[in-house]
Amino acid sequence: MDLDLMITSFPKLLGATVITLKLLSASLFFGLILGLFFAILRLNKNKFINKFSYGYSYVFRGTPLLVQIFIIYFGLGQIEYLRTTFLWVILKEPYWCAIIAFTLNTGAYTSEILRSAFQTIKPGIIEAGKSLGISNKIIFYKIQIPIAIRQSLPAYGNEIILMMKGTSLASTVTLMDLTGVAKYIISTTFKPIEVFIVAGGIYLFMTFIIHNVIKYLEKKYSFQ
Amino acid sequence: MELLAFGKTGWGDELFYATLMTIAVSVTAMLVGFVFALIFTPLKLSKYKTLNLVGNFYTTVIRGVPELLVIYLFFFGGSGAIMYVASIFGYYEYIEINAFITGSMAIGIISGAYSTEVFRGAIQSIDKGQFEAAKVLGVNKFVQFYKIILPQMLRLAIPNLSNVWQITLKDTSLISVTGLVEIMRQSYIAAGSTRDPLFFYSFAAFLYLLLTYVSMKLINKLEVKYSRGY
Repeated sequence: MDLDLMITSFPKLLGATVITLKLLSASLFFGLILGLFFAILRLNKNKFINKFSYGYSYVFRGTPLLVQIFIIYFGLGQIEYLRTTFLWVILKEPYWCAIIAFTLNTGAYTSEILRSAFQTIKPGIIEAGKSLGISNKIIFYKIQIPIAIRQSLPAYGNEIILMMKGTSLASTVTLMDLTGVAKYIISTTFKPIEVFIVAGGIYLFMTFIIHNVIKYLEKKYSFQ
Repeated sequence: MELLAFGKTGWGDELFYATLMTIAVSVTAMLVGFVFALIFTPLKLSKYKTLNLVGNFYTTVIRGVPELLVIYLFFFGGSGAIMYVASIFGYYEYIEINAFITGSMAIGIISGAYSTEVFRGAIQSIDKGQFEAAKVLGVNKFVQFYKIILPQMLRLAIPNLSNVWQITLKDTSLISVTGLVEIMRQSYIAAGSTRDPLFFYSFAAFLYLLLTYVSMKLINKLEVKYSRGY
């Protein structure tokens, strides 16, 4: 055990954690919006819209995140037309490519989580709203969405942790996130175990925090 | 389409073998995972607090740390660890472990943590009366587990194990960082030499979708088989 290495690499790894957290929060934020959007499409009665939303979540849940990042980072740059548009400003940056890939991925899982939450809402609740003369729009925003969010909290908590682990793939497109820096230190010092303990410890600490925040929220918003 | 031709002109046969490699790694990793699950599930269900702690440590650490980090640990640390063990027995030559073994071990340990949780959940949801009835009838522990608990447990575990399989299958793409030529690595090589990454990575995505689709269909059949009588 090389304690000195563990102590000297800790601040470096902690610095890299900032990038991990940035990637995580950005992709969760956009992913939640995207997920909600596709969950609503899934509940649509139009068969075509319904199938489209199902296809999106099926493709992104059925392929590895690594392939998705590579298609966006290496693949899209190949299209000549894209290089001439303003999109290229975003797509040439590995940072934004990673966020786009993570967003699309977590959006697919989130849409499934929210869809099942919407479907478990008891019809009686919606009927009660209707008989009170509340408009459909308000029923949706003020009744269905809050209940669905509460229902989906445990599953969404797992998704946040999975996504946090997923951000480690940003290191494959040259980003120096926590895993990227850990790999760099390992490959220069050849001390994998020490670095693994420190980097793994930071990840576990984040998992622990997320787990407890979700648990707190679950308790706070539980139905009495 | 000529990019996918078999033989020297295209990448068809290379990608075909790479797909077989992905399947081989996934199956090996899943089996390694079952071995780990067989060791750690009893620990998690044990009466003794210390054993519980060991079991919980394994599942918590592996499920809380990114897969890629675990793979790097095995990739950079694997041969060092083996050489250290060998040096105890007086063997000091350099030992290199093959990428297939490193990869399946790393993914196997990850998949084992998920399988452990699945088995634990399945055993815990079996009615206590089943254990008591077996005891009363004087069935020994071995027969009790294999003939009474296991068949009931499998029915409950298969849907969740199918999720673990999907996770394992997708995780094997990460082994490409160690240089093992599976779907992802082969696409990377093909994309580099033809300068057509969009096509090859999309095709890789298609191959993974095909694998997940086919395995879902097969698992559904298993599910039907094990839920006879329900």
